[in-house]
Amino acid sequence: MTPAPPSAVPHSRAHPFDAIQFLARYAAPLFLLLLVAIFAILEPRFLHPLNIFNVLRQVSIAGLIAIGMTFVILTAGIDLSVGSLLALAGLVGAYVAKGGLDDRFAIAAGDAAGNPVIFAVLAALAVGMAGGALQGLAITRLKVPPFVVTLGGLTAFRGAALLFSGGGPISGFTADYAWWGQGRISMVPVPVIIFVLAALVAHLVLRYTAFGKHVYATGGNARAAALNGVPIRRIVMLVYVISGFFCGLAAFLLSARLNSAEAVAGLSLELTVIASVVIGGTSLFGGVGSIFGTVVGALLIGVLTNGLVLLNVSSFIQQILIGVILVAAVALDQFAATRRLAE
Amino acid sequence: MTEPLFELRNVSKRFGAIHAIDDIDLTLGHGEVVGLMGDNGAGKSTLVRIIAGNFQPSEGEIALEGQPVRFADSADARNHGIEVVHQDLALCDNLTAADNVFLGRELKRRIGPFRVLDYRAMSRRAAELFAELQSETRPGDKVRMMSGGQRQAVAIARTRLAESKIVLMDEPTAAISVRQVAQVLDLIKRLRDSGVTVVLISHRMPDVFAVAERLVVLRRGRKVADKPISASSPEEATGLITGALETA
Repeated sequence: MTPAPPSAVPHSRAHPFDAIQFLARYAAPLFLLLLVAIFAILEPRFLHPLNIFNVLRQVSIAGLIAIGMTFVILTAGIDLSVGSLLALAGLVGAYVAKGGLDDRFAIAAGDAAGNPVIFAVLAALAVGMAGGALQGLAITRLKVPPFVVTLGGLTAFRGAALLFSGGGPISGFTADYAWWGQGRISMVPVPVIIFVLAALVAHLVLRYTAFGKHVYATGGNARAAALNGVPIRRIVMLVYVISGFFCGLAAFLLSARLNSAEAVAGLSLELTVIASVVIGGTSLFGGVGSIFGTVVGALLIGVLTNGLVLLNVSSFIQQILIGVILVAAVALDQFAATRRLAE
Repeated sequence: MTEPLFELRNVSKRFGAIHAIDDIDLTLGHGEVVGLMGDNGAGKSTLVRIIAGNFQPSEGEIALEGQPVRFADSADARNHGIEVVHQDLALCDNLTAADNVFLGRELKRRIGPFRVLDYRAMSRRAAELFAELQSETRPGDKVRMMSGGQRQAVAIARTRLAESKIVLMDEPTAAISVRQVAQVLDLIKRLRDSGVTVVLISHRMPDVFAVAERLVVLRRGRKVADKPISASSPEEATGLITGALETA
């Protein structure tokens, strides 16, 4: 299930074809294809381009955050704060777009009172990255485990979002702003395009830069990486900033799509995001995983949810299914890993 | 080449009131293998860390090729051609052999404004190094899948990236199988044949007697023996280590 991290030399595998290894490596993509086939047969509307783009647009918000989460989990860290950071960043971005809280509900179609969209984007990104940097500092300097730091972030950023907004939403943006969430470029929703581009860039960074290699090394064996001159504190710091960056980006796109930023946005989003990353084959122990896997994991959850809705299956059952798939994915990985070691 | 490669002159290291090593003279020549032995707490690690730049001596001086030097840290020592193979090898199991060899010193090439990893060059260089060490380690294989001997080859290949002069090997045979020990000893001989000086820190008498040309024994921070291996014996070395023999 885990696509092999890069290697220039083709693996001259001495082993014959191993069905279990193959299944473990490609379980998620295969299961995704199977799901698409089943839904396409049971419900013809599923394959309609409008529905497909709908699924992709829904996936792109959590998917963007899952890209950042992949960097974090590859270093054997975790970021539980993403949902809360998304809410805070979205509100600050919206605040900047509106130029204040005075006309927070005004439907500002072509309203000239606010600031250009670019300022809102930059504000949302800055809040996300600052939140990530703060947590990165606590992890690298105060030596508090990532789970605890970001659990604190989950509570604190949500509190900050509620405090900042007074509990209410900030809604009604200009058409320029809303386009980023609602617009399309020849049928393809704008958030989907951004998601695909971001995934591509993240993949290239992880695979072809020294930084990417150091992310894998830090998660694989931090002490060894440090002994070989990898600046692990800087690497850890950066992955939380990257996670925060994607929270800010997703926050902006979500507020544009909903035409509203709210303090309760992204509640329990961290669970969906972590599930996407883990279903995609990235190990919570760090060092193993890929952006490709994460994209597949995010698509899998999106397709499953959409297909079951189309088939009128209760959302309670959806939740049960996603939970079972999550555990099954990791169980398959473990099983394959044990067999590999036994050889 | 009449100048010794590396010298410690009257080097001592104190931690508070404790003399970890006391007034040690040690000379390393070009391309020799020196076995460094001693019981736990005899000062082997301290001595190695002084040579590797992790510690600065409290007293005494260090000279490299006749020139006095002071290493600020291990990176500084590495730049002077002194490499260490750590006892646990310091490898990342999740990466390939080539990735590990170049970890922290990756080769890059330019594509437009970007500097990207040059996998082909790293793989080629790693393959050369493994061939040089006559190890069948393949650059693209994951370290996780490797035998102890192959892992050792990866850690040693790392020391060959730069023009290293001295390689310090900390208990390289402590945790591997008997068959792999032979491989590692072969690797040490090949390092020596290519002109590198190897300091082998080991508890294993047969290993030291198999590859070392000179035996240095520390006891309670002092050097109690420094002689050609041919003039010593495992029995004598054991006596020196335990203190049954005072000096030799």
